[in-house]
Amino acid sequence: MYDGGKIIPGLIIFVLLVTFPIWYNKGNAGPVPQPELPKQYDKCVLPAEDMLAEHMQLLNQWRDTVLRTGDRSFDVTIGEKKYQKSLMNTCMQCHTSKKKFCDTCHAYASVTPYCWDCHLAPVE
Amino acid sequence: MDKKRRDFLKIAGATTLAGLGGSVVVERLVTGEAPATARAAHEVDPAVGHGHARAEAGHEPVPHGGGHGHEIRKTGKRLGMVIDLRQFQKHPELIEKVVHACHAEHNVPSFPNKKDEVKWIWPTEYAKAFTEHSDYYRNSVILENEVLVLCNHCDEPPCVKACPTRATFKNKDGIVAMDYHRCIGCRFCMAACPYGSRSFNWRDPRAGLDMNHINRRFPTRMRGVVEKCNFCAERVGLGKQPKCVEACGTSKAMVFGDLNDPDSEIRKVLKDNFTLQRKPSAGTHPSVFYIV
Repeated sequence: MYDGGKIIPGLIIFVLLVTFPIWYNKGNAGPVPQPELPKQYDKCVLPAEDMLAEHMQLLNQWRDTVLRTGDRSFDVTIGEKKYQKSLMNTCMQCHTSKKKFCDTCHAYASVTPYCWDCHLAPVE
Repeated sequence: MDKKRRDFLKIAGATTLAGLGGSVVVERLVTGEAPATARAAHEVDPAVGHGHARAEAGHEPVPHGGGHGHEIRKTGKRLGMVIDLRQFQKHPELIEKVVHACHAEHNVPSFPNKKDEVKWIWPTEYAKAFTEHSDYYRNSVILENEVLVLCNHCDEPPCVKACPTRATFKNKDGIVAMDYHRCIGCRFCMAACPYGSRSFNWRDPRAGLDMNHINRRFPTRMRGVVEKCNFCAERVGLGKQPKCVEACGTSKAMVFGDLNDPDSEIRKVLKDNFTLQRKPSAGTHPSVFYIV
């Protein structure tokens, strides 16, 4: 290879730089996020694994049902109480700290949902 | 031209005509309705303006679902309001009370610069509210008092037709609602509205709010969306009256109800009093009436 003496080392350095995120942490994904669950309540709208996987889709469904169809009924049953389909008025009533609950996982996954531009997070 | 080419052209022309005309005929026979309104049946969003635009394509209007052609929707709820200006003339402090109630309930910001202003309901002078009525040698009561104006929640809203994302839409109760999740801030709706009811958030609305004294059960908006009165859809959906109507108390300065219900209080008020509407020639069929 013409100029092989420069190309091969250059390629190796490039590959190392590009795969930097993979080898720098030696396979450690960092501390698993520990969202602080509310102490007084033990049930949510759905079981915990389902909420983890689907809370985004659930919130979108709620948004469309409430806004587009106008269904503001109190039909979300958690335990014995009935709630509306609302982020601010249902979810955040139990999960009273956005920083200790929502942000722990969102910061870890590097996700910034725009909900909080408009919806008011609980006072902390 | 040789004979074979002529024959080919004749056959091609005949089949084209048959194809175009035939598909329309077959569609009509199969569905039993005009094709334009049959297409409107598949629309998920019951926006009335949508059905009108399609039906105007020259097919005979057929009573269908939410509306068609030239008739105003007579099915379902159609929420409207009557504003009795005589009461506001008698109790001028009610104007400020109503505006404050609405803006406090919905976290509407207030900015010192008038260009950044966001308002859902506000007082204006008679000539600006009723531009199609003469202001020539007006009587002193009218000249000295202000008219409360807000979004008219038109039956044929031009803003709904103009919105490219359907962020503003007419819901099933007749309220022209805003979905701030979908608004892209293009302001076409502001251009389309003949009444100037809409405000754009030039700045972050939270900068114009006292964050310690806001309604925590209702969201704010973000910078870059258009907002307007929503007839308190979140309260009306739970059977309550809008905040402005509630602020008027027992004075009956504002009456709110279902215009399609012939026994409702608002229909009685409309039957007993002469009312004006803003810009009737715009053809928007507003739902807000004024007793002058």
